[in-house]
Amino acid sequence: MRDVVTGAPGILDVSGLSIARNGKALLDVPHLCLDGPGPTLILGPNGAGKSLLLRCLHGLIQPDRGRVCQNGAVLNARHKARQAMVFQSPVLLRRSVAANLDFVLKRRSMPRAERKHRIESLLDEGGLGGKARQPARSLSGGEAQRLAILRALALDPETLFLDEPTSALDPSATQMIERMILRASERGVRIVMVTHDIGQARRLASDIVMMQAGRVVEHGKAMQVLEAPESDESRRYLAGGLVT
Amino acid sequence: MIPDFIRASIVALGLTAGASLAEEPFIIVQSTTSTQNSGLLDYILPGFEAETGIDVRVVAVGTGQAIRNAINGDGDVLLVHSKSAEEQFVADGWGVERFDVMYNDFVLVGPKSDPAEVKGDTDIIAALAAVASSKAPFVSRGDDSGTHKAEMRYWQVTDVDPTVASGTWYREAGAGMGASLNIASGMGAYILTDRATWLSFGNRGDLEILVEGDPRMFNQYGVILVNPEKHSKVRATSGQRFIDWLIGADGQAAIESYELDGQQMFFPNAR
Amino acid sequence: MQSFASEFNQAISLILNGDAELWAIVLLSLRVSVFAVLISAVIGMPVGAALAVARFPGRRALIILMNALMGLPPVVVGLLVYLMLSRSGPLGVLELLYTPTAMIIAQVVLVTPIMAALTRQVVEMLAEEYSEQLRSLGVSRLASVPVLLWDARLALVTALLAGFGRAIAEVGAVIIVGGNINHVTRVMTTTIALETSKGNLAMALALGVILIGLAVAVNAMVSALTLRAEREGLRHA
Repeated sequence: MRDVVTGAPGILDVSGLSIARNGKALLDVPHLCLDGPGPTLILGPNGAGKSLLLRCLHGLIQPDRGRVCQNGAVLNARHKARQAMVFQSPVLLRRSVAANLDFVLKRRSMPRAERKHRIESLLDEGGLGGKARQPARSLSGGEAQRLAILRALALDPETLFLDEPTSALDPSATQMIERMILRASERGVRIVMVTHDIGQARRLASDIVMMQAGRVVEHGKAMQVLEAPESDESRRYLAGGLVT
Repeated sequence: MIPDFIRASIVALGLTAGASLAEEPFIIVQSTTSTQNSGLLDYILPGFEAETGIDVRVVAVGTGQAIRNAINGDGDVLLVHSKSAEEQFVADGWGVERFDVMYNDFVLVGPKSDPAEVKGDTDIIAALAAVASSKAPFVSRGDDSGTHKAEMRYWQVTDVDPTVASGTWYREAGAGMGASLNIASGMGAYILTDRATWLSFGNRGDLEILVEGDPRMFNQYGVILVNPEKHSKVRATSGQRFIDWLIGADGQAAIESYELDGQQMFFPNAR
Repeated sequence: MQSFASEFNQAISLILNGDAELWAIVLLSLRVSVFAVLISAVIGMPVGAALAVARFPGRRALIILMNALMGLPPVVVGLLVYLMLSRSGPLGVLELLYTPTAMIIAQVVLVTPIMAALTRQVVEMLAEEYSEQLRSLGVSRLASVPVLLWDARLALVTALLAGFGRAIAEVGAVIIVGGNINHVTRVMTTTIALETSKGNLAMALALGVILIGLAVAVNAMVSALTLRAEREGLRHA
């Protein structure tokens, strides 16, 4: 559990959000405000709608109803340009490690010399210093996800969304990625991350959104949700029981 | 004009036939496989080309297709062997005038075993009737070529309509002379062929000449300039030069001197 | 018929003796088909990629049509191009019939649908994988086309080689529009057809051996590329 380090920008505000398919509600979030300073972790069983909520927040999916606001304004292209997302399995371009970062920096119209410098410092940060020229697709799972996070950070995002970034990784790879996420949070990047790993939530979260069957069943300080959950669903999930 | 622009860019790519278009004139001769496969044209054309600097490009197809291509204007000179079709071509205005050039002859070849017992015959009509009654396999060009037209003329004189037996002993190849000979060689069948193609054919297998010398088997070649009034792009001057050469002393002598296996192939008879 | 062995020996000696005429024919074949394939790629690849990422009514039908065109019979293509280029045809004024350019045009018509269809398949698969990530990075559909084409480059080279294989081995179309004119439009396949019709099987076989050799070389390149792609993780899942 983390204490407040610095105030994160970009308060995310959700109201009346709903998505339904074939008469079944996949997502139904009347209100949710992400304004905590540290990482927000979205927790819940499979099919709870965690990834769907994340994609709505990032603007990848248009909800049937409702809206997402950032600092009070409806999410727009300028906001989205300052958001980045890391997916469960990293989608790396079929190019070298350095070229994957360069792709993003070029889109930001950064001059060549500055790009080169930035790539070096990013690779150092992710522990990929010696692998700049290697084909990105030949990296190990942990390295690939680190590169995906570096590429997201190369956008200098205000908000970084992560969708179960460590679900396929071993403990040491997971640890390296968690360290990168915490460093980004400390620098003032708002972190919104989906996980179903309670231990990970314990290690990273400043606040926790607990989801179940498309609804937010609890949202509060990490300590409070983990130690004294208010809803039955949260209690059962944290106890490792079946949530139906 | 757009076509000019397109042509200019194609020339710039160095792809057109004629990188030689401007400096080296050429004509296209629509002719038959027999003149090409026999090697006659390869033998006589260098003489004309050296004398005039005109490159002769030969498209060798069946007589029927050659005439159709010429009607479309896709050739400057027609050199084929089906006199009635050629005269029709001129009568319809597609050609300027028809000239006799040369003749060779058809021969009936067949398997050495000769199941129809026609070997030594000099009467092609009787021989074909014998083949029909023996039901021994017979391969026809079946492609509206000059040779095919000649064959059909012979069948007409017999009482037999071979096409009712098509698919049984009568096989219509729908192919060129060489391809049809390959088929006949493969199945040991009788086939009517021009002598030149036969002599230059390398895959005779078990076949040999069985019937020859019937005057009805003479095979007359004619040459015609495609009418420039029908197709303005016809290279009439160069084409006429080629025709004049072919039916003149030099061309006729060249045709006469062409031999294969010590045999004269074509007999010049331009008047 | 002479034995296969003796024909084959003659064929090999024709190749080994480096018959100048034979090599001129091989070179013309390569020139025509390489040009045709490059032009087909320039037309077909962007079309295929656009079909892969664009969404519009009639897209399905267009894809079905394109896949059907992959199997166009060469003789039909030859006939159509002949009718266009004939002096009595709409493009007769260009005087292109019986030239290498006419053969290139026919091969472009044959190969472009292959290029477009293979490109669409490859790019569509890749687009599916990249879609969310590229949108997350703010790359529009249109802007994603060059990204996808570049990242699919190895598969596209394979498509290029497949198109080349079809072009160089094709006889039905080029014999109609090229006319098989000696020293002008006589390529490997039309020479094989001609020499076979003359019963000159050794020469036909020699060219056949060279064609097969080219096919083997092209396939070896495809397989080498695929191997490299696997090593570098460039293949699609």
